[in-house]
Amino acid sequence: MPIRTVMKANEAAAWAAKLAKPKVIAAFPITPSTLIPEKISEFVANGELDAEFIKVESEHSAISACVGASAAGVRTFTATASQGLALMHEVLFIAAGMRLPIVIAVGNRSLSAPINIWNDWQDSISQRDTGWMQFYAENNQEALDLILIAFKVAEDERVLLPAMIGFDAFILTHTVEPVEIPDQEVVDEFLGEYEPNHAYLDPARPITQGTLAFPAHYMEARYTVWEANENAKKVIDEVFAEFEKRFGRKYQKIEEYRTDDAEIVFVTMGSLAGTVKEYVDHLRKKGIKAGAAKLTVYRPFPTEEVRELAKKAKVIALLEKNVTFSVGGALFQDFSRALVNQEEKPILVDFIIGLGGRDVTFKNLDEVLEISKKALSGEEFDEVNWIGLRKEIL
Amino acid sequence: MAVRKPPITTREYWAPGHAACAGCGCATALKLATKAFSEAMEEKYGDPNAFAIAQATGCMEVVSAVFPYTAWKVPWIHVAFENAAAAASGVEAAWKKLGRRGKILAIGGDGGTADIGMQALSGMLERRHNVVYLMYDNEAYMNTGIQRSSSTPYGAWTTTSPPGKYSIGEDKPKKWVALIAAAHQVPYVATASIGNPFDFVRKMKRAAKVDGPAFVQVHCTCPTGWKSPLEKGVEIARLAIETGIWPLFEIENGDFFNIKIQAPGGGAKVKREGGRVVAIEFKKPIEEYLKLQGRFKHLFKRPEAIDEMREQIKAMWKVLGVDVTLPKPGE
Repeated sequence: MPIRTVMKANEAAAWAAKLAKPKVIAAFPITPSTLIPEKISEFVANGELDAEFIKVESEHSAISACVGASAAGVRTFTATASQGLALMHEVLFIAAGMRLPIVIAVGNRSLSAPINIWNDWQDSISQRDTGWMQFYAENNQEALDLILIAFKVAEDERVLLPAMIGFDAFILTHTVEPVEIPDQEVVDEFLGEYEPNHAYLDPARPITQGTLAFPAHYMEARYTVWEANENAKKVIDEVFAEFEKRFGRKYQKIEEYRTDDAEIVFVTMGSLAGTVKEYVDHLRKKGIKAGAAKLTVYRPFPTEEVRELAKKAKVIALLEKNVTFSVGGALFQDFSRALVNQEEKPILVDFIIGLGGRDVTFKNLDEVLEISKKALSGEEFDEVNWIGLRKEIL
Repeated sequence: MAVRKPPITTREYWAPGHAACAGCGCATALKLATKAFSEAMEEKYGDPNAFAIAQATGCMEVVSAVFPYTAWKVPWIHVAFENAAAAASGVEAAWKKLGRRGKILAIGGDGGTADIGMQALSGMLERRHNVVYLMYDNEAYMNTGIQRSSSTPYGAWTTTSPPGKYSIGEDKPKKWVALIAAAHQVPYVATASIGNPFDFVRKMKRAAKVDGPAFVQVHCTCPTGWKSPLEKGVEIARLAIETGIWPLFEIENGDFFNIKIQAPGGGAKVKREGGRVVAIEFKKPIEEYLKLQGRFKHLFKRPEAIDEMREQIKAMWKVLGVDVTLPKPGE
């Protein structure tokens, strides 16, 4: 029987790792993710998890050791955040290019400077061109489930890509919520053993991994990463369906909330989706036709689902905890690209919100609504809006 | 007719056809290292192939694995420049969980080891992974076109340490990574040279056979970067040993007081006390080594720089607990 209990997202991630039975874990402490390697250390120390836990001297070495282990043919896991993920950046490209299905749990945290340990998504969003798949959890149960799902998708022969699962710093990493821990036997059946046919370092069948490619081959190698990301779209749907069948919890790349007949749809990711859904209920009571949508999968980007969603809205308000300077948020860029050649499309309005752990309140969302209404009624509006700025200290 | 047994296995793990420069001393080092490793694995585990290689970006990486070709007949992985030791840690951990016997060989040049890979190396040694780290030391960033590293010797020309009105070339003493590795109190640390292949092979076998981490720093000539004659690679490397430039030593478990120093040859007089080398009187002046290499050519117009080099060499030997005398030409 699954165990119903309460735990922090960090503990849920450690439990997911334990259930997935990786053979090698390499990790380095960093706020807010430190509890994950701590908890895994306990599992290993107690004999509850039969894995090598490499206590590396940096995140760069953590991901490098994961690449070595994964290339040797075993399931690998690590956890990090913020500066740690930024330090891994170089090797993230390599892991994807070498088609190694490593899974990272990311306690989404801002990037320096100024140094700040609280939540936004700049760390993982900044890795969006590495070739990694990206999943974002709304709550602690999703953090656990999405790690299991990520292993299954990553190791699929049609995919073979690494994956990161983001969950918001402190809001989830350090907050206790009800979580159901699935049965080990069911997880074993779901994931199976990892026995790669492309990555092993076995003296009985020596292969060379990580070669140099000249211009005659480099583009094709990169194209296979593109292709794998495209394949992943279908595989993710299949795995979501299988997950629902086995564990009873439904996942979708984009989860919609009260979008039928909605004029304004608020789109976001992570724990902010919870706040936004409640705000939508609040607006509906007042007769305002508002809806919400949450991206559970950010990479591969769910283009088709975005186009479907766009048909239902007159204005899409993108609420995002990240920024590309002089451009706007990542979702704004990605939604723009998904819709630019569509005949009919909603107006997109971008909102940079909640950076560095700034709380997102209904008052902030009222501001979002006012600007979105302007767009809806054909008034002038700013495309990119920083919400909740303390103008008095600027 | 009696057939003489070859001094080392005829098995090849580093295949011909790689793209190293003519006369590359590092290619020779890798050929010997893999042969030695294979012998050690055969002797220890009864399986000559019980090893895999994790290699840093660098000359020996780019010349050996150009898709769709490979020079490697052993499982081999390259990840990036600074992380061969970390990648090797992961491979070793995976092998442990797979129940596979054998040892991992990590390989990096002096830039990938002494500079950008220093932290990963320290971590791997400290965590006591069952990995041998081989640093092939050609004393500069040769892959990018001869820039100084912290392992470049005093006085050497490189493209980033050019001699000029205000420069004698590289102006810092060489950093000896083997001593830093030994400070981790790992089971085995050695320096070696392609100028003494038998000593190198013996040390590689020893390193491969110990349980836990080992570090070997091998001096390799680079005709391209040293501006030296292609055919004189081994001779130049041997002169480095015989003139006192390149010490050959072994340190077990960080026991600096019981460091083992190999006699340099070249007529040098070695003085021992209680089996320990305490003094060496070299007979060949360092100029014999320097004059064969274009990278030191400018020093012959700056004899005070060569004298300074002698002082630095004495200081380095002092760290090893050995008093050396170094002759000047004609002495």
